[in-house]
Amino acid sequence: MQIGRITLSGLLIGAAGLAMASGSFAANETVTIAGFGGNLQKDLRATLWQPAADKAGLSIAEETHDGLAAVRVQVQSGSPTWDLVHLGSDDCAVGGKEGLFEPLDYNVINTDGFDKRGYGEHWIATNSYSVVLAWRTDVYKDKAPQSWKDLWDTEKFPGRRALSTYPQEMLEVALMADGVPKDELYPLDSKRAFRSLDKIKSKVAVWWSSGAQSSQLIKDGEVDMMAIWGSRVASVIADGAPVSYTYQDAILGYGCLAILKGAPHVKAAQTLVAGVVSPEIQARIPEMMPYYGPTNSLAFQVGKFSQEVLARSNMSPENLKKQVFLDANWWRDNTNLVREDYSLLMAN
Amino acid sequence: MTVMVQETEPVVLNNSLLQRSRNLQGISFIGLSLPAAMLVAAVLIIPFSWLAWLSLFDAAGNLSTENYVRLLRPAYVDSFLTTFKVAGLVTAICVLLGYPVAYLLSQLPQRATQILMVFVILPFWTSVLVRTYAWLVLLQRQGIINQWLLSSGLISEPLPLVHNMTGTVIGMVHVMLPFLILPLYASMKAIDPVLLRAAANCGASPAQAFRQVFLPLSLSGLSAGIALTFVLCLGFYLTPALLGGGRVAMWSTQIADMVAKFANWGAASALSVVLLVVTGGILWGVNRFMRVPDAWGGKR
Repeated sequence: MQIGRITLSGLLIGAAGLAMASGSFAANETVTIAGFGGNLQKDLRATLWQPAADKAGLSIAEETHDGLAAVRVQVQSGSPTWDLVHLGSDDCAVGGKEGLFEPLDYNVINTDGFDKRGYGEHWIATNSYSVVLAWRTDVYKDKAPQSWKDLWDTEKFPGRRALSTYPQEMLEVALMADGVPKDELYPLDSKRAFRSLDKIKSKVAVWWSSGAQSSQLIKDGEVDMMAIWGSRVASVIADGAPVSYTYQDAILGYGCLAILKGAPHVKAAQTLVAGVVSPEIQARIPEMMPYYGPTNSLAFQVGKFSQEVLARSNMSPENLKKQVFLDANWWRDNTNLVREDYSLLMAN
Repeated sequence: MTVMVQETEPVVLNNSLLQRSRNLQGISFIGLSLPAAMLVAAVLIIPFSWLAWLSLFDAAGNLSTENYVRLLRPAYVDSFLTTFKVAGLVTAICVLLGYPVAYLLSQLPQRATQILMVFVILPFWTSVLVRTYAWLVLLQRQGIINQWLLSSGLISEPLPLVHNMTGTVIGMVHVMLPFLILPLYASMKAIDPVLLRAAANCGASPAQAFRQVFLPLSLSGLSAGIALTFVLCLGFYLTPALLGGGRVAMWSTQIADMVAKFANWGAASALSVVLLVVTGGILWGVNRFMRVPDAWGGKR
């Protein structure tokens, strides 16, 4: 079987010039994907990358990176050894602007079912997460908070708050708390967001800096109400802590794939990306990586899910309606501007 | 004439022999220290030069002073001042707590000192991470200390002991105390007790003898401990990050953010270079004006 394939690919290489020009690729090519490593990468491979590779008749090899800096080094070397890189949304947008990536071929990749903020010229979102409002049910027994406005309302909902040390998503939260409707967020009015944050900062007991820390804070009752990743609060509830959360006005962020400029297997990588974002493969996420959601909403038409899974998944049709997609392009252009103001705000 | 020749010749011979042996000694000294010197070059000088080199380029890779000019902005000035404030506060508290302990250790009989020393050294051997989390468990709102104070009726609201400056300073003092006590203890142990008895013989009260004899003699060890503690505090990352609740913006936090969150190596390098230069400056100043070499085994 294996030998047969290699012979076939040998034949194809014989007609290489023609094959390449017509936009196909040799079967059993090996596409190299670099991700952040760890359990996330293991899960991404099992859930998305491997089935997409199997469907396209490709092999995949894995590497790890520690962020955009490593991608720059690869591309600047002139002959990158990686084909695809998995990054955070704003990193993809920044890399695209810096010319680190090949444009994606949207004749091969189908974006039906995608939010328009879920892909760009050079990148496409592959897995989503939500930043949600969570609270202690033992503190707010009679009246549960409903929205970011309640996080800011310290009279009706007294208690200690926590927000993230990273400004991304927190400016969105601050604007919605200040009354900006979720579909009018972008471009963010950062001045207004900071004025809004000024009002709450004295009640922010902790600015959390890691996912593990954020879940510990609400689990131990160190804070009463907070902005936190949906996956983290779900695991706290599963542990039996008296905590609840809402997808109302939550912010959808995502991880994304991009093809390195000058990568050795661009065509094959395009096909692999097309597979990863297809509804069939995206439909594997709610069951296999429940701490993430698919980015292609058609996944919920293709797959059959229990009510329980649907209620929990951040991208199920019911939950998706309540949320807003992060605009990676805004953060690409403005992270540097707001970062320093945000760190000053936390310190004073 | 002949008498002079007879007198000078052996001296000349002796001098040249001495010179030769000095040269040999010099060569063997260089030879012996060469491996260590190469190690220092490999792990200190080369990386630092690389760091300084990196700091001269902006994110796009062009030569610029951008990374240094940026440090004058309020966010960085603020965090620079915070770093020194925290380091100063922690060092001061360490001196207040550490001096009496070191004094006690130096005066007790050998056996008692050995037992008490274990209590100083033991935390030293425990991972900083473990100790920091232990403080979190003790100090947080539902933590042991607040629970106890609440149930004993001493307070009605939990005290904000952690996720702020208080928690950071408590955690850092705990980590830094041995660094102050150990050099201080060493210098106190070296003070000849006869000197104190002599002072008493001359009519000094115990307090006077301590103030006029013991304290001045212990100052070299104290300044070594202070320099060590202060400099280590300047580069502290873990404890402020875990116990500061995002509020205590140390210079090291800024460096880590630059690399981990924003992947800007040039900016992170500039921050590191400034911290290293300032730290070097402080050590030089302390060395110069506070006679630290005494405690570090240098010449008197």
